[in-house]
Amino acid sequence: MSEPILQLRDLTKRFGGLVATDSVTLDVAEGEVHAVIGPNGAGKTTLVGQISGEIRPDRGQIFFAGQPITRSPVHVRSLLGIARSFQITSVFPGFTVTANVALAVQAHAGHSFRFWTDATRDGTLLAPAAQYLELVGLTGRAGDVAATLSHGEHRQLELAMALATEPKLLLLDEPTAGVGGDESARMVELLRSFKGRFTILLIEHDMDAVFALADRITVLDSGRILASGAPGEIRADPAVRQAYLGDAEA
Amino acid sequence: MDWILLLEQCLNGLQLGILLFLLAAGLTLVFGIMDLVNLAHGSLYMMGAYFATTFAGWTGSFLLGALLALPAALLLGIVVEVVALRTLYSRDHLDQVLATFGLILFFNELARIVWGPAGLDLSLPAFLETSVELLPGVPYPTYRIAIIVTGLLVAGGMYALVNHTRIGMLIRAGASNRGMVSALGVNIRLLYTLVFGLGTVLAALAGLMAAPILTVQIGMGETILILAFVVIVIGGIGSIRGAFVAAILVGLIDTVGRAFLADFLRLFLTNQVAETAGPAMSSMLIYILMAAVLATRPRGLFPPRGH
Amino acid sequence: MRISASTAVASGTIVALAVVPPITNALQEPFYLGLFLRLMILAIAAISLNLILGFGNMVSFGHAAYMGIGAYVVGIGTFHAIEDGIDWLANGFLHVPLAIAASSLAALVIGAISIRTRGVYFIMITLAFGQMLYFIGVGLEVYGADDGLSLYMRSEFGGVLDINDNTQFYYLVLALLLATLYGVKRLIASRFGLVIRGARSNERRLAAVGIPVYRYKLVAFMVAGAICGVAGVLLANRTDFVSPDMMHWTRSGDLIIMVVLGGMGTLFGPLYGAAAFLLVEEFLSGITEHWQIVFGPLLILVVIYARGGIAGVVHALERRRE
Repeated sequence: MSEPILQLRDLTKRFGGLVATDSVTLDVAEGEVHAVIGPNGAGKTTLVGQISGEIRPDRGQIFFAGQPITRSPVHVRSLLGIARSFQITSVFPGFTVTANVALAVQAHAGHSFRFWTDATRDGTLLAPAAQYLELVGLTGRAGDVAATLSHGEHRQLELAMALATEPKLLLLDEPTAGVGGDESARMVELLRSFKGRFTILLIEHDMDAVFALADRITVLDSGRILASGAPGEIRADPAVRQAYLGDAEA
Repeated sequence: MDWILLLEQCLNGLQLGILLFLLAAGLTLVFGIMDLVNLAHGSLYMMGAYFATTFAGWTGSFLLGALLALPAALLLGIVVEVVALRTLYSRDHLDQVLATFGLILFFNELARIVWGPAGLDLSLPAFLETSVELLPGVPYPTYRIAIIVTGLLVAGGMYALVNHTRIGMLIRAGASNRGMVSALGVNIRLLYTLVFGLGTVLAALAGLMAAPILTVQIGMGETILILAFVVIVIGGIGSIRGAFVAAILVGLIDTVGRAFLADFLRLFLTNQVAETAGPAMSSMLIYILMAAVLATRPRGLFPPRGH
Repeated sequence: MRISASTAVASGTIVALAVVPPITNALQEPFYLGLFLRLMILAIAAISLNLILGFGNMVSFGHAAYMGIGAYVVGIGTFHAIEDGIDWLANGFLHVPLAIAASSLAALVIGAISIRTRGVYFIMITLAFGQMLYFIGVGLEVYGADDGLSLYMRSEFGGVLDINDNTQFYYLVLALLLATLYGVKRLIASRFGLVIRGARSNERRLAAVGIPVYRYKLVAFMVAGAICGVAGVLLANRTDFVSPDMMHWTRSGDLIIMVVLGGMGTLFGPLYGAAAFLLVEEFLSGITEHWQIVFGPLLILVVIYARGGIAGVVHALERRRE
């Protein structure tokens, strides 16, 4: 088996007295969907923040595709191939849907110190943007201003922007959070279609979605890894059942 | 080096620092609690000086004039808060900057109409016109000592108010977490008016204390306002302790720098170059200090938690 | 074809500016030619500020400093041309690139520190640095300190044009104004412009898709400073005088007012804002010398009730017509 694409080694982050991430060591293999679950406050979003570069760990190391990136800034990690979606939707609300994705394409198409040519009519940006919108099923809203999208559509747009950076690893922070039943099912369907094509680290609350998508599951509790393994093992793990799944299934 | 001159300049710097602290304390409180950028804070300083001059003229007494100016300033602060600023708390900083800029124009013109375009002098009573011998043969003006003492007393009072009273508790809570104060069921509007009034009184006190040293004139608040901004940026916006430390620091560096930088430059440069560059460079010192602080600590020396 | 209200107002404004010289010359009112000249120069400065303030959401409160730098390039250049007989220092073809270089360099240093900070810190730091340049001006004893420096000659543009003739000067400024508008129009639609506009609404997202936001904001800050420096060259020649007062923080405040009054983040807004600012000033000061006592509260009312500015009003009219 080849080297894992993402390796976390002994990652630790404290906020004041609170240990948000406690000696987390974790591998994500190329091509897998790796879900991270855990109760509220388990430190899932903090973990994503450290992988994407917005939060500096206090201790430990992060390797991506074999390279140490523990101290790299956010944009460098994006250029290396780590893309993320945010738990709280984060797009450019004043731009059209297409422009949102085109900007993500642009970010990976060389530098942006181009001051004169009209980027809003640049086929080399618009064509890929259209492709990614198609992929997430948002073609119908391409010309609309992003602020007018529904919550579910916002999540789809986020996904398209993440894909537009041609990532080697997708960090998805609760892609179905706050999304209604129908739209949620569509999102799960969409992610299922990505299986095998992208490596995904998925943070998710919805257990149905997790067991439908994940190849491997890591359970986080109070910043520590409680268990890590295939869905079947996790389901059977007594500690996990007690700490977490027990509540969820009840 | 002339040690006596250095001592004098340090005391002058301390005195400027005290005045800056009085201004900066109000500014930083208003920002910390109401999230309001108030450019017109310098106008309140100016109004304090004008009030004191007018009342001193009426009563024939400097002290009575000063004592009457403070409640007048409090009243003015409350009116300004209720009429103009209240609606701005929820607006973004740019709106606040513009609206309070409008207030500056208003107050400057008002002062021009009421007191005329020429500057006024506020003269000191005889007992403050004297000087004290700090060291044998080293006299220092009594009034400047009085400013330093008054300022330190006020700073001590502020410390007690903020750390040992219920209002102080609310102020501290408000500066680190605005949402929490409203959650406590406190009458926020009243607290805001009170804080703004307190800031106004402190600014007016600084203005009236500076008045006998400077000329009371239109625009006097604007120059010192920028210094007060530098102070709160260095100290950390919202922090009274930061404002105090930074105010003294800025006061000392600015004053001592102006007095000695040209001499200092003469060590490396020709006389003529030092004479030319000295004044320009000494006015840059505090900005260089600010840049240095921000380059290492973008939120100032004592950033309050929560924002 | 129907023409939108915005386009109509914009072209109307430009045509109106273009016909000012024949009218004021016919009426023998050189004062008004000078007024409109100043209006266009300040409009160029306001447009440059709008680039970072309106499109990039960087509330720079020290923008007048760059105008002062441009003005001092002309002031100091012509001063030595006359005092020391160094003729080439009066050359306008030197003044403009020098002003661009000096003001963008100042913007580089100021921006490099300020852009690291956020929100109100940014406002206050740019304010403080602007004021620092003001005090440097005050400290320039050789060049008149706070009294400033009278220009005994204007920038010389060889045989190409003579800006001692106010009509020629006027059309030069009009041409530069149009060039600036066109340049900004291209810029905001370019890849660079998209990054800057993106930073206005969501810097975090921009970094997450792989864009090093800081350096783009810094370059935008420098471009804005450079354009403003050119406006300074023009202003010095217009007033035949330079002084630290041009860099005073209240002048930066005036520029912000123009941008907001006209409409932030719109192409023509700063032009309308500069026009409104100067015409209101002219009108009110004709009524009372204490015009600021009206203007101050007026400003507060505009902030509270009319945030979209003039361009916003035009846009609203346009929507109503649709």
